[in-house]
Amino acid sequence: MSTKIPRRRLIQAAGALAAAGAVPGLWATGIVPRPQEAAGRTQTQSRRLRQWAMVIDLRKCEGCVTQDKAPRCTEGCNAEHFVPEGQQWIRVFEVEEPGGGSYFMPRPCMNCENAPCLNVCPVGATFRNPEGVILVDHERCIGCRLCMAACPYGARSFNWDQPENPPGATFASYTPEYPVPHRRGTVEKCTLCAHHADIGKLPSCADACPMNAIYLGDLQEDVATNGKEVVTLSRFLSENQAFRLKEELGTKPRVWYVPGHGEDFGRHSDDTREPLAPRSWLEQETKIEVNHDHE
Amino acid sequence: MTTSSRSERLEETVFHPLRHTSRAWYVWAGFLAVVVVWGIFAYAVQLRRGLVETGMRNEVIWGFYITNFVFFIGISHAGTLISAILRVSQAEWRRPVTRMAEVITAVALMIGAIMPMVDLGRPDRIPNLILHGRLGSPVIWDLISITTYLTGSLIYLYLPMIPDLARCRDMFSGTAHRLRWKLYSVLSLGWQDTKEQRRRLERGIGVMMIVIIPVAVSVHTVVSWIFSMTMRSGWNSTIFGPYFVVGAIFSGTAGIITVMAIFRKLFHLEEYITEKQFRNLGLLLLALAAMYFYFTLSEYLTLAYKEEESEGALMRELMLGRYALAFWTFAIGGTIVPALLLALRPTRTIPGIVVASVLVNIGMWLKRFVIVVPSLGLPLMPADWAVYRPSWVEISITVAAFAGFALLFTLFAKLFPIISVWEVEEGWERETAGASPAESVPVPVPQVAGSGPRVPVMPARLATESLEVERDA
Repeated sequence: MSTKIPRRRLIQAAGALAAAGAVPGLWATGIVPRPQEAAGRTQTQSRRLRQWAMVIDLRKCEGCVTQDKAPRCTEGCNAEHFVPEGQQWIRVFEVEEPGGGSYFMPRPCMNCENAPCLNVCPVGATFRNPEGVILVDHERCIGCRLCMAACPYGARSFNWDQPENPPGATFASYTPEYPVPHRRGTVEKCTLCAHHADIGKLPSCADACPMNAIYLGDLQEDVATNGKEVVTLSRFLSENQAFRLKEELGTKPRVWYVPGHGEDFGRHSDDTREPLAPRSWLEQETKIEVNHDHE
Repeated sequence: MTTSSRSERLEETVFHPLRHTSRAWYVWAGFLAVVVVWGIFAYAVQLRRGLVETGMRNEVIWGFYITNFVFFIGISHAGTLISAILRVSQAEWRRPVTRMAEVITAVALMIGAIMPMVDLGRPDRIPNLILHGRLGSPVIWDLISITTYLTGSLIYLYLPMIPDLARCRDMFSGTAHRLRWKLYSVLSLGWQDTKEQRRRLERGIGVMMIVIIPVAVSVHTVVSWIFSMTMRSGWNSTIFGPYFVVGAIFSGTAGIITVMAIFRKLFHLEEYITEKQFRNLGLLLLALAAMYFYFTLSEYLTLAYKEEESEGALMRELMLGRYALAFWTFAIGGTIVPALLLALRPTRTIPGIVVASVLVNIGMWLKRFVIVVPSLGLPLMPADWAVYRPSWVEISITVAAFAGFALLFTLFAKLFPIISVWEVEEGWERETAGASPAESVPVPVPQVAGSGPRVPVMPARLATESLEVERDA
């Protein structure tokens, strides 16, 4: 098998992890970000930190059913992160419409601005990086799974047993941005491909989407792109009646959805075809090779 | 009957198990130890292979362990209630049962506190809770309040034991059991039952019995907040704090009645633990059953009536679906049937009360299960319900937890008197002194200096007592 760990920038571990501990105050502790390394941060031209967001255009998402394939976003994610078996960091759900018919909804981590997972973590293993991405420090996580109980989107998974790691993973330099090797007894989730941010790449789900339905956006610069076109984020959201999932919970997700049912690619809402089960990284060797070819 | 002969018989009965160990005791303790070792083996398997050995998966992330955690922490409220509240309110009938109640608290807390650790994915990183603890997390609230409660309840168990420990010391002095004599000597802290020692002890108990009550309330409140600080249907409740506290006292009271019945039978304590204790605690249990029923009705009717999307689905699954058997066993078998047994005169007998409390204990375990699991099985996204089936590891560890509870109790009762002898005697003294017995403000008694000792280890303390001595003599 020709899999290998993609060469990653070695990011220094988050310095002395000692801080952030016993700061009193209920909310303050959750909001205070952990001291982060200065390197590898992405900035706008005016030197302000980018604030990552995601837009998923459901008009373009047909769950890959018209191509008779499993959701490519999930498979791309699986391949990129060697996602442990049984987990789907981005998962495509089929949502029934009250008036009949259905649409597909890929669910990554919402990177909530008021993140319930972050609020409940007893050891600060879950943290928000300066660009607004919620990450997990797998070297600190104690595996209590309260974050999983707290997440209203079911976006988190747990390594119940030792996950299969790619050859050579032991020598990979672990960072929360690119959590490989995976380890038993810790909580995993979508990282919004934080490791791609500073090399100017889209998240692998957006990359893998054949319909370009997934946009990566920057709230700071008010821009978003799916790799094919660039849009003004705020206008794109407002003109397309974008919504956020479970808005009423007040989690303030950084993922927006443009309503639709895959019509841009000819899927009718009464199409009864269901998404196929995505293959894990172990089941899709060729895909991995393709991925690394353009690395 | 004179007080001194009564005292002798009391001492004889209570200290008997300390001096004589039957073969049956070894068989019983050995059996419990085997079950506990089996549970440790199961945990070793889980440590080796990971939590994949449990029935928990990505949707139902908590199961038997967290159910047990809530259950044992709930049971631990027995000690606080019986001992502290009854002491504060000066209910005289509490005297023979306070010790048992306090032991339940300590033992149940120890077992309960182990459960979330068993549930951890990375138990090797427990120090992170101290090194990186965030006060914003309910887990840390639990850690703080449970350790405070455990410390407090150990002190509260220990303080009233000191005079009895001194008796054990004197009883074992000069015997072959040097090790035990040493143990009691150290633990009794040189107790000579002087007036000053008594005064200080009673002050200590007086402080602890007040302090322990809010701590106990806080414990079960924050246990409930583990759940109600999330936005899950069924957990997202504003009344969870008081609901859990009442539930804890409810199951704790049932726990003490069960334990009381067992020791009464085994240790032949019929003379001291009488129908009065059972009846009073039974009536308390009845009141708590009514309260818990009321809370349950408030919680579930307000959810089921409105049938909001996911909460409606949860209620249907709970009452008519997969969890209906557990839910109704709790609701009917765990509250209504016990309440009837306790309310109706023909069944308000010792056996009836004991049956009721065993039913409450079973019902309350099931209740904790249907609090923890269904809310997790309920899909958050458009998907099917997730199923939880406990594995042999979880079942083994659960059984071992109960065995461990019984084993710690068994060992305690082998080493220490299960009835607070000096407190019972103090009660008798008050009775004979003519102070109106129960639930009344004690008549202030003048202190008489220099009153001679009545029995070698128990010098007289009050005027009434010395009068007693003279009458006896």
